[in-house]
Amino acid sequence: MSTNAQSVARRFPLPADARLTSLGTKLGPVSVGHKERGPSLQIPKVGLSEICLSYRTQSGERLLALDHINLQVRPGEFVCIVGPSGCGKSTLLHLIAGLHSQTSGQILIDGLPVEGPGTDRIMIFQDHALFPWLTVGQNVEFGMKMKGIPKAERQEKIHYYLQLVHLAKFEKSYIHQLSGGMRQRVAIARALASEPDVLLMDEPFAALDAQTRDLLHDELERIWSETGRTIIFVTHNVREAVRLGDRVVLLTFRPGRVKSEFPIDLPRPRSLEDPEVALAARAVLDELREETNRSIEVEYRNGVKPKIEPGVKS
Amino acid sequence: MKRAARYIVFYSALFGLWTLLAELKIWPPYLFPTPWGVAEALYAGFADHTYWIAIRVSMQRVLIGYGISVILGMVLGLGVASNKFLEETMGGLLVSLQSLPSICWWPLALLWFGLNQNAILFVVIMGSLLSVTLAMEDGRKQMPKIFGQAGRNLGAKGFKLFWYVLLPASLPFIVSGLKQGWAFAWRSLITAEMLYLSLGLGQILMMGRDLNDMSAVIAVMILIIAIGYLVDGIVFKGMERHLQNKWGLTPAT
Repeated sequence: MSTNAQSVARRFPLPADARLTSLGTKLGPVSVGHKERGPSLQIPKVGLSEICLSYRTQSGERLLALDHINLQVRPGEFVCIVGPSGCGKSTLLHLIAGLHSQTSGQILIDGLPVEGPGTDRIMIFQDHALFPWLTVGQNVEFGMKMKGIPKAERQEKIHYYLQLVHLAKFEKSYIHQLSGGMRQRVAIARALASEPDVLLMDEPFAALDAQTRDLLHDELERIWSETGRTIIFVTHNVREAVRLGDRVVLLTFRPGRVKSEFPIDLPRPRSLEDPEVALAARAVLDELREETNRSIEVEYRNGVKPKIEPGVKS
Repeated sequence: MKRAARYIVFYSALFGLWTLLAELKIWPPYLFPTPWGVAEALYAGFADHTYWIAIRVSMQRVLIGYGISVILGMVLGLGVASNKFLEETMGGLLVSLQSLPSICWWPLALLWFGLNQNAILFVVIMGSLLSVTLAMEDGRKQMPKIFGQAGRNLGAKGFKLFWYVLLPASLPFIVSGLKQGWAFAWRSLITAEMLYLSLGLGQILMMGRDLNDMSAVIAVMILIIAIGYLVDGIVFKGMERHLQNKWGLTPAT
């Protein structure tokens, strides 16, 4: 009921007070209380507290990649993380996914600490990471198969999620037969089919052309409002972040710290071309520029980028 | 069409030369038989079932030996690829062992297992195990890391991760190693069979020598080549084509 109401609210955005009254009349004050001040505020879907991560570089020196990151993500929230390249934003997603572990600090999902990968948090990678030896349908099926969901139910969900991303006709195709945009849509369907609470998206549209990206923004916004998932979306594209997010979190350049947060209270559906989006992006960009300049300065000074990859810790 | 023509020209020239040399009778026929003599030997061998039995026995052995090699090699290769200690220690040992011709294991196998089938199997396994292991190790390293991450992310772990993700993901990178392993297994088998009365192809090859029957020797040699070539052409080429269709790329060969 409440997710339904949320999705209605997202699809038909109203001024804040009007939304309150409309929800109030529909669901009664209890539901409103639940939404505005209930457990969702007390226990965040994803809670990062004091996350630090340090690497040892090849030359043996210790390099702090993430420095005391604190971030709370509400259930159903769409949070975008931006920052200059090398700020550790992708690494942060890997930590939340449980693919690597932080040096110190705690990651909580629904108040419980993360211990390794879990299908409540599914990642969507920049280069889609679909399995080329499986068909589109089998890719979508993969997570469900690992969970041991019965065959008939899997088949049903393959259809459902492929329809959701408008790729039902391609169930039997192999990945190399699809375009870049279609591949990312399959990746989204594969992630959703595991029915995760949290979607972790690591620059998923960075390698796509502008038109395809616009289209996928619309689709992602629609899917998000239809499924009510929590999304943490990493990008270096500020416009994209503002266009999609309920909130934009800006990380500093090495070590990554939360520099500032920008709530984006713009009506949905949005578009990259909306003047309000451009205006909000401007504010974020101004702050990001300082960090980018700093990153360029460091790279020029060193000649080369210090080589750090997620997972290469020793 | 052109390719077929080239084949026909090449092989008729080869047969022409062979026939000519044989008909000139520079060497006695029991040392240098005619193509017809070899063809007759082939026919006779199949007609009295000797060759059929030999092929069956040899194929059985090579399949068991190679099968064990593939399973062991994959486990070993994966272990070496994913463990730094093993990589540093065993990795070097494996490479150096590969310079040892597989038949050098024969005396050891005889002492351990006695003069029997198991000794032959042991030589076959030792012949092909290393190529499979090294190929698997290499394949595991070449395989994009992201597949493993995506697999774990979607809930695969342990054996499921290996079977559904790591193995298929590394297949294009190990198929050439599997092929090489097969070639080594086949060669080791024939060599070992030649040293022991064993019913296999190797033994009837030696039998031709013992009977001073050069036609039979060449006939069996042709059989050995043909089987090796057929398996390569059907099984491995098929596998490569299958992978190409799925992945949409030319697998590293």
